[in-house]
Amino acid sequence: MGEQLVGVQGGGTGATAGSNVGIAFDGVGKAFGDVVALDGVTFEIERHSRIGIVGPSGGGKSTLLQLTAGLLEHDVGTIEVEGETSTQGRLSRCAMMPQRDLLLPWRTALDNAMIAVENRGVSKKDARAKTKPFFEHFGLAKFEDVRPDALSGGMRQRVSFLRTLMAEKDILLLDEPFGALDSITRGQMQEWLLRALGDVPRTVLLVTHDVDEALLLSRTVVVMSARPGRVVTVLDVGLQTEGLSRREIVTSPEFIELKESALEAIE
Amino acid sequence: MSAKASEQPTTDAISAEAPSPRKRPSLWVRFWRNYALAMLFVIAMLVIWQLWIKIFHVPKYLFASPTGVVTSLRADWSRYLEPNLWPTLSEVLVGFGISIVAGVGLAIVLHLFTPLRRAVYPLLIGSQTIPIVVLAPILVILLGYGLLPKVVIVALICFFPIVVNGLDGLRLVDDDFIRMMRTLDASRWAIFRKVEFPGALPSIFSGMRVAATFAAIGAVFGEWAGASQGLGYLIQASTPNLQTARIFAAILLLTLIAMALFGLVSLLERIFCPWVSRGGVL
Repeated sequence: MGEQLVGVQGGGTGATAGSNVGIAFDGVGKAFGDVVALDGVTFEIERHSRIGIVGPSGGGKSTLLQLTAGLLEHDVGTIEVEGETSTQGRLSRCAMMPQRDLLLPWRTALDNAMIAVENRGVSKKDARAKTKPFFEHFGLAKFEDVRPDALSGGMRQRVSFLRTLMAEKDILLLDEPFGALDSITRGQMQEWLLRALGDVPRTVLLVTHDVDEALLLSRTVVVMSARPGRVVTVLDVGLQTEGLSRREIVTSPEFIELKESALEAIE
Repeated sequence: MSAKASEQPTTDAISAEAPSPRKRPSLWVRFWRNYALAMLFVIAMLVIWQLWIKIFHVPKYLFASPTGVVTSLRADWSRYLEPNLWPTLSEVLVGFGISIVAGVGLAIVLHLFTPLRRAVYPLLIGSQTIPIVVLAPILVILLGYGLLPKVVIVALICFFPIVVNGLDGLRLVDDDFIRMMRTLDASRWAIFRKVEFPGALPSIFSGMRVAATFAAIGAVFGEWAGASQGLGYLIQASTPNLQTARIFAAILLLTLIAMALFGLVSLLERIFCPWVSRGGVL
């Protein structure tokens, strides 16, 4: 199945050759009217690494993702995404998975998942043929022609994630991807995503307010403060996750230790 | 990581999550559940109405009884009602059809070109304050006694709810959907075609349903302003002759036209928006 996923590769289409910087924030600031959402945010993300951003609600974490994707314009500083600094250039590099699954209710699961392929000008038929093989790997086999309202929350998020992957972008922006799920399903999905991300070399920027989720899914965790959002600390996770279950990882002493320092930084 | 290890949790999660297929009661059962009470109510009203006229000896020319209306429907059908039904029906259908095309078209154009919307929308609302009753005779002077002025009046009266609902539907599509589509390389046109338009369809149908109830009224206004046929004309012509039962029969036919049109719109919505779940049959 590892081979299968290689098919959906962003592969850094036209990325600056040799450069190993995925995303670089330099003194990024953004205010909405009088409310300063982000202030002097500076950090770098290595290409094809996974970064988790945690912090209290309203800390401008989602704003940071939208700025990265070029959906919003920042006031000061620079954001460089694989060498692109313009909003249009950044937009062409990033695919975002929102907190709510945002599946189009009038499209079947398959037609939702393939929408990015269709947007690139591929015919519906070819887009379906290209997307369908991934359904089995995503645990969605036989649900291709089902409309979203008949899918469970976890399945909808998987369709949403597949849709994001099918955009074949090098950078995945995950905005609290499992925030709307119950805690049991969320745990299952985290475990599943951990495996799925291991198969695809992508730069992943994960925003969450769940410290466990950030530590489990990322190699580096950036802790941000409440409004105005500033980088408080950067934690190197480097946990051994290979071949371990979620339960084994989150109950290991190393994990607990990291969690403690992350929670301390948030306070 | 081996393929086995990663597939395991996925399959487990699915078998636990797979939703069971939803069972819906049959169309017939739903029909009775929804309309049995309304029908019972109508029957009760008819009985009371009939008894009232019988007990108080209300003269026929003053107020028709339900049986009187039925008698008129039978006796006057081929001579008065049927020949006047078709002109009105065609005025309603053609006018309604034009209003859908023009209304949805204008809503789309105004939505896609914001400056145009700012320029035209206030005018559109202003135009609705002009009473159609006043407009009808002017249109008859302009366009003559034929089908055309009636069609225009029906279209004018139906057009507004369709444009307003259509515009609202297009405007109220969740921004998050649009942002999501933009990160998935969607062009402006793709966003419109794949997100905004289907998202606005239920609103457009709501507007059309409201318009369907106005259409017959528009046709009657048009005919009152000057006509030689149609149910509105028949009502007008029967009033001086005190043919109350015939007037009631014509009103009944007008109501049936409006209800049929309403039903047709609801049916089309079911076909085109199968993802929208509504309780009723129609």
